[in-house]
Amino acid sequence: MQKIIYMDHAASTPMSSEVLEVMRPYFTEIYGNPSSFHSVGLQAKSAVDASRTKIAEILHAHADEILFTSGGTESDNMAVLGIPRFYKKKLKELLGEEAIPHVITSAIEHHAVLEPLLLLEKKGEITLTQIKPDEFGQIDPKDIKEALKPETVLISIMMANNEIGTINPIADIGRMVLTWRKEKKTIFPFFHSDACQATGAIELNVEQLHTDLLTINGSKMYGPKGVGALYLRRGTRIDPLTIGGGQERGMRAGTEAVPLIVGFAKALELAQAHRETESARLTVLRDQLAEGLLKIPKTRLNGHPTERLPNSVNVSFLDIEGEACILYLDAKGIMTSTGSACASTSLDPSHVILATGLSYEAAHGSIRFTLGASNTKEDVEYVLSVMPEIVEMLRKISPTNLDMKHFT
Amino acid sequence: MDPIIKPTNEERKGDVVTPAADKGWFYADAVKEHFFRPKNFLEGDEVEYKDAAMGMVGSPACGDAMKVWIRVQKDNEGNERITDFKWKTFGCASAIASTSMMSVMVTENGGMTVEQALKLRPQDIMERLGGLPARKVHCSVLGDKALRSAINDYFRKSDQQERIIVEHGRIIDKVLKVTDHDIEEAVLDGAHTLEQVQAKTKVGTGDASCIPEVEQLIRFYKDKYFG
Repeated sequence: MQKIIYMDHAASTPMSSEVLEVMRPYFTEIYGNPSSFHSVGLQAKSAVDASRTKIAEILHAHADEILFTSGGTESDNMAVLGIPRFYKKKLKELLGEEAIPHVITSAIEHHAVLEPLLLLEKKGEITLTQIKPDEFGQIDPKDIKEALKPETVLISIMMANNEIGTINPIADIGRMVLTWRKEKKTIFPFFHSDACQATGAIELNVEQLHTDLLTINGSKMYGPKGVGALYLRRGTRIDPLTIGGGQERGMRAGTEAVPLIVGFAKALELAQAHRETESARLTVLRDQLAEGLLKIPKTRLNGHPTERLPNSVNVSFLDIEGEACILYLDAKGIMTSTGSACASTSLDPSHVILATGLSYEAAHGSIRFTLGASNTKEDVEYVLSVMPEIVEMLRKISPTNLDMKHFT
Repeated sequence: MDPIIKPTNEERKGDVVTPAADKGWFYADAVKEHFFRPKNFLEGDEVEYKDAAMGMVGSPACGDAMKVWIRVQKDNEGNERITDFKWKTFGCASAIASTSMMSVMVTENGGMTVEQALKLRPQDIMERLGGLPARKVHCSVLGDKALRSAINDYFRKSDQQERIIVEHGRIIDKVLKVTDHDIEEAVLDGAHTLEQVQAKTKVGTGDASCIPEVEQLIRFYKDKYFG
């Protein structure tokens, strides 16, 4: 059987066996509802509480600031829909009836942030500013500062981009927000960051990052799918999306997914414990992979050359289309993803790669390799041994011979 | 480091399946075959086919571009048959497989006559491929256009200008050569919004300036047929 080289860890990671082991009893043995008053329920409740405390410790937060959700998308939705809706009234009290909440985000956010914000904008509930990144996909805090208005209730900037891996200066933005609030003597804006891709690579200390809301999830860090959390700083309020039995301090109703929460906390603990050694190991592999891929003619690295996640290599190959390329790689046992339109449900290529100023032609030919725990030096060497022939084959059947100017 | 449970091939099977076929691969077997072992593509220098009739459609900016070359010969009964068909395609698996399949369909059994080739529709190619996932249909609609464009070039080169066929209807999208007739067909086929029509024709992805006109045509045909 062909060996599988999984290099799509930004999409999802395999669950670690250690995580599976801690989850196991909570499916069949400790099955109670944490809201129940009997002892079976209390067992489940204490497991959820312990997980919450553990996550809070890692984030340097209070346990009551951690809200469990179904994953990154829900946490992002809760943050970007919840803040403008909750503070709409307050804003009008301060600035008058005409005032409409203003939100600042970036053009390269995940759809879980962009789509709900675009919906609010369409409905007239907010005005929206999308900050353009530089050519490496990085957001300049100065650009955010320039966009700030008295009506700005929320800034949402991702910690690291899922497609190109570029890391944003979240702590700098956080400090700028603190200064603005102090100078203007206002509670606005609140600062949210989606850290889903960063959990294994960046220290998630909310006191150093100065975020008021933070999204994390399980499936990108060898934890279970279907679980995540929203860190919500004390004093920050949101309008809930799910209403019911009052769980998660009334901000996210629904019976807690006990096994998933237990697994999630374990996964975060492991990810943060291994962060430095694993990041150092992956950085070496990442640079070896990038260097080798860039030896292929007419290629370009997407994302920041150095301030990039230690597992992320996104490369554009001119004259070939990404979906065709990932299927040829798949046939060789290598799992990757692409920003090409053909691999998505839309007709447009990746909004992230386009936002860095790259042409449509080059965006259609982008391939993302995201490394992880299972990858070795041998895997990287194998990829580098098959990639040139795949590119050559697809270029041979391609009628285009594009100029390198498509990369500028 | 943490021991990781690696997914096996067997476990991966559920990852990408079309609802239509439980094959563990996104595409039907014929698509796979033509994608991984493309037939009749122009290997080597294009100069060798300088004398052949050539047609081209699409652009790499919209994600698909196709170039085809044909040679036409008269058989014993005087029929003009396409005896040679070469192609190059920039695009996804569906686009590559459809062009490859088209090259086989056009040249098999002694070659299609020019008249037969002019009648080839994307649906015919898709049928031979065993179908394509719905959201991939738009990747296969360019091949027959490239073929017709090459046949026109043949008419031009063989001094039969009177036979040149202007695309059925009026060209709306100049890059992808999408006509008002294509939009009419899409609407009749149940596409009632710009997005749905784009999913069938890709119109406007190469030349966005035509979109207002496309939207007007969609409204017109919707009124006409569904009023």
